Amino acid sequence: MHTKTLTELAQGLRSGKFSSLELTHAFLARIKQHQYLNAYITVTEEQALQSAKAADQRLASGNAELLTGIPIAQKDIFCTLDVKTTCGSKMLDNFTAPYNATVVEKFNQAGAVMLGKLNMDEFAMGSSNETSYYGAVKNPWNINTVPGGSSGGSAAAVAARLTVCATGTDTGGSIRQPAALCGITGLKPTYGRVSRYGMIAYASSLDQGGPMTQNAADAAIMLQTMAGFDEKDSTSVDLPVPDYRAGLNNSLAGLKIGLPKEFFGDGLNNDMAATLEIAINEYKKLGAEVKEISMPNLKLAIPAYYVIAPAECSANLSRFDGVRYGYRCKNPVDLADLYTRSRGEAFGKEVKRRILMGTYALSTGYYDAYYLKAQKIRRLISEDFKKALADVDVIMGPVTPTTAFGIGEKMDDPIEMYLSDIYTIAINLAGLPAISIPAGFIRDMPVGLQIIGNYFAEDRLLNVAHQYQKVTNWHHHTPKGFE
Amino acid sequence: MSLTADDVKKIAHLARLGIDSQDIDSYAKDLSGMLDLMTQMSELDTNNVEPMAHPMDQAQRLRTDVVTEHNNREKFQSIAPQVEAGLYLVPKVIE
Repeated sequence: MHTKTLTELAQGLRSGKFSSLELTHAFLARIKQHQYLNAYITVTEEQALQSAKAADQRLASGNAELLTGIPIAQKDIFCTLDVKTTCGSKMLDNFTAPYNATVVEKFNQAGAVMLGKLNMDEFAMGSSNETSYYGAVKNPWNINTVPGGSSGGSAAAVAARLTVCATGTDTGGSIRQPAALCGITGLKPTYGRVSRYGMIAYASSLDQGGPMTQNAADAAIMLQTMAGFDEKDSTSVDLPVPDYRAGLNNSLAGLKIGLPKEFFGDGLNNDMAATLEIAINEYKKLGAEVKEISMPNLKLAIPAYYVIAPAECSANLSRFDGVRYGYRCKNPVDLADLYTRSRGEAFGKEVKRRILMGTYALSTGYYDAYYLKAQKIRRLISEDFKKALADVDVIMGPVTPTTAFGIGEKMDDPIEMYLSDIYTIAINLAGLPAISIPAGFIRDMPVGLQIIGNYFAEDRLLNVAHQYQKVTNWHHHTPKGFE
Repeated sequence: MSLTADDVKKIAHLARLGIDSQDIDSYAKDLSGMLDLMTQMSELDTNNVEPMAHPMDQAQRLRTDVVTEHNNREKFQSIAPQVEAGLYLVPKVIE
């Protein structure tokens, strides 16, 4: 059962081939069997079995939705009522959320069965899942390599078939980069499309939740449930949600694809360039036209991002003060000691680095030079994209400069780790939607192709991804030992 | 641009963030590296550019002034480090 897609499982549940309870048992057994991947922080076995029983009743009564009875796992950044919600941090190791995130609530309403909470970089700060308090997640394609981050547990779990689908969040590439490194499909929606309520904040003007699945058709089903206006999120955008499955089979004849020369220049290694060229040729066969475009300000995306994200992080993480919830140090002598030691003892090194950077960038005398400057560059980058997307339907490029790197390889050099986000972070600055889909292998490790679309054009991205997946089989590959 | 160990201590104090003394030099090195990266931003003239805070340039939405929150005091306090009689406890602030 675990090799099937979400779409196939939904059909199987309806035709009575298997029950949700059987499905849930099968996945729980796989999670136990492959515990060494460290993809899950918490497994909610009892709750899952109960939800599965309820889902089976709902299926029998005929008022089921597509996701009813489907096993799902939540990135541990989403608050889950009465279930431990850690955000990958010692700070929240003792935290049981008093409410559900809107996204979680929506999946519950749809009758999806939550298997557990997935490992992630601490507070979503990292590109390798190595900053988690709960230890590194292993990439199922080669357990000596990283799965990417920050949604590394989500990507590894979907790739190893320890869940059918998972949620992720993407602030600078945290859905797309692990999806690429683990050979799965990951969609970062337009900023404001999916509610951030109950999604623990890292950089509020960039964070966005999205689906991580085996293929685009499955992502369409998940996004249908996740998307929509939410009064509880003040940056949620009040626009109607289209039917994401309706256009999946539209023809790509005449599709205009833009290839930014800044993405395919010197920084891209030959193997990656060659693999992507084959993928783009596949699109030409489907009737698409390709043209080179230019986005001159793209090179400043990394510095702008590493001002804006840490600045917002330092403000957001000031709520962790050891007073109302989370970690508190032992025997504080006074209030300042309580704050300083609780935060000092419970945050890991990468989180501290970003809090320090952000605090510096926002401090008196530096605000204009850093934060304001970065916000202006953000505008220019977003205008580059707007100009390009007035001329082409989608933009394509790499997701990552290389395939998955070794565990421990980049941990000593944070700057090098930041530079590996080069192809993903500009999209968050602009707030655009983008999807990563499996597009081949380099020495047996998966490669992702990134497709960027216009604001709220998730339906178009899913269509473009789905058409490719109908004529290729990269997304069917499963890592050895997990078939 | 480079930051000294003293700069790092000052920033950590502003953030009320305890850092191990043996890590201070490495933070100074990392932050200096990040600042070097950021100097690239000054290459670009942004004089007439409007800063961008929200990708859709959406303004803060207002709601009608009615009570929407439920009273969850007990639930919230059940996860607090230290409470007494419905209050959060912290070390004495005023002698």
